Amino acid sequence: MGWRLIRIYTILVYLFMFLPIAVVVLLSFNANQFGSFPMTGLSTRWFEVLWNNDAIMRAFRTSIVLGLMTAAISTVLGVLASLALVRYRIPGRNLITTLLIAPILVPEVVLAVSLLLFLNFLNFGKSFTLLLAGHVIFTLPFVILVVQARLVSIKRDVEEAALSLGASPRQTFFAITLPLLMPAVAAGGLFAFTISFDDITGTLFWKPGGIETVPTQIFSMLRNSISPEINALGTVMIVLTVGLPLIGAAIARKLATRSGL
Amino acid sequence: MSAVSLSQIVKRFGDYTAVHQMSLEIEEGSFVTLLGPSGCGKTTTLRMIAGLLDPTQGDITIKGRRVNDVPIHKRNLGLVFQNYALFPHKTVAENVAFGLNYRDVAKDEVKRRVAAALELVQLPELGARYPKELSGGQQQRIALARAIVIEPDVLLLDEPLSALDANLREDMRVELKRIQQSIGVTTVFVTHDQTEALAMSDQIIVMSEGRVEQVGAPEDVYNTPATEFVARFLGASNLLDARCTESAPGRVLLDLPGFPRIDIPKERAPRVSGPGPVRLVIRAEKLHLKAPGSPAEGMLSVDAVVGNVDYQGQSARYFVRVGDHQMQAVNMIEDHPFAEGERVTLQFRAKDCAALPVESRP
Repeated sequence: MGWRLIRIYTILVYLFMFLPIAVVVLLSFNANQFGSFPMTGLSTRWFEVLWNNDAIMRAFRTSIVLGLMTAAISTVLGVLASLALVRYRIPGRNLITTLLIAPILVPEVVLAVSLLLFLNFLNFGKSFTLLLAGHVIFTLPFVILVVQARLVSIKRDVEEAALSLGASPRQTFFAITLPLLMPAVAAGGLFAFTISFDDITGTLFWKPGGIETVPTQIFSMLRNSISPEINALGTVMIVLTVGLPLIGAAIARKLATRSGL
Repeated sequence: MSAVSLSQIVKRFGDYTAVHQMSLEIEEGSFVTLLGPSGCGKTTTLRMIAGLLDPTQGDITIKGRRVNDVPIHKRNLGLVFQNYALFPHKTVAENVAFGLNYRDVAKDEVKRRVAAALELVQLPELGARYPKELSGGQQQRIALARAIVIEPDVLLLDEPLSALDANLREDMRVELKRIQQSIGVTTVFVTHDQTEALAMSDQIIVMSEGRVEQVGAPEDVYNTPATEFVARFLGASNLLDARCTESAPGRVLLDLPGFPRIDIPKERAPRVSGPGPVRLVIRAEKLHLKAPGSPAEGMLSVDAVVGNVDYQGQSARYFVRVGDHQMQAVNMIEDHPFAEGERVTLQFRAKDCAALPVESRP
């Protein structure tokens, strides 16, 4: 009896969480202009409309470029920071770790406004660079958390062995440390990309006029009407932000089993 | 010229001094063991030779070259760790070839030398495997092959056998010694295991609290400990307070209550300078328990009562009481071990005794 209630309750919770998403995906294939049931037929016309909508495609390109750059910068910075924090005795290590992780804990609005005000104070206007910097700031903690955890598990002995065999510290990093770190680097990069791709709060504050990312574009479109294109766009976003990390995780696992870790 | 020489090495970590004024000469081609309990500074010393730690003071030279300012990757050393430290993302062959890739060695020469090294450690067929597919013993052999394939000036072994099972450890001990002798590489071995040290070394350096206690061949260190620490650390020893009554040329006479006068050769008491209090050292396996009244045949004998008996199969360790002294003896068992409470005669040779001056250090 009790178990049955729990089961039903669980199913209801899942329905509550995923039904809206399922509806969006379903309606994106609706042939009818108005999103209502019963559906009148299946069609991919809204994806075509989407493809031909210049504003959306521009936003899409912006999002991809922004996401990739955020991922690249965050990953490089994250790996360097993790190396410094794990491999070297630096004074105030705990404080630095906390500060680097803090952007996760600070409400995004606060972070967004403060970065904007700070840069205004320094007389920097809104720009793509500001937007990129903002995204790097709040994706960096995720990269650091993942990479640091992995780096701790790589024994110093292995690096010392490479050094003793004649590899310089730099060669040791590229031949030993980085390959062993790769699953975490890939996972961190993917995190950074998806978080950046998804973000709206910070982006609304930081983006200069005339630049839209996919979420801000959807946001402005929704202000006018709920167009069926948005369902299609939603479907594409879901595929990207859910599918990519899954593929990434699978690749990471494959890499990890091959290298025996 | 020594292969490795340390002169007046000091290593401090903050206020803590890990190594005090250590000087050491290691001969070309020899197998030298740094032996001591954990925290005695042996690993710190090894890491300084390797270049993984910088000495606070003093000079380190390898083959006549001062290496204090030479980073580890330019020292041409072979390093083997307790945990193997193989590169998990590389095959066995790639692991072994790793060091050769940073030296000017032609491709087919690399192949030949990797094959030869794998042959030497008797694992010629494992080149294509990954380290996780190997047993601990196999991994340690590969780690050894990886370290010697570069023909290092010095091979440094940091407790390489400690992670292995007991049986495997004995096999590896023999194997390691065979490989070292066949290539003749100068080897510095760090261990806390006296059996390994005694079995493998040309020379043992016993360390305690960052200081060298004694340097010598295994037999010398075992038979003629230079300090109380060495006497206690190697083997099971009895240390008794005695008095030196006379120090004649070539011999030392000792008195202790309840015992006959002990007349030991001077070379077993090199540091006893004259009459006064001394410590008598006698190994547990040099004390023989006999039935009361057994003929002594040139041995000294005292009456004793058996206390606890620690039965070990082929041998037994007896704790015996001689007057006020508690002593231990390890004897092979002939028929039955002696029983607790039994009266026995304890026999030993005077030349198996050693004497040390009484130390002021606790």
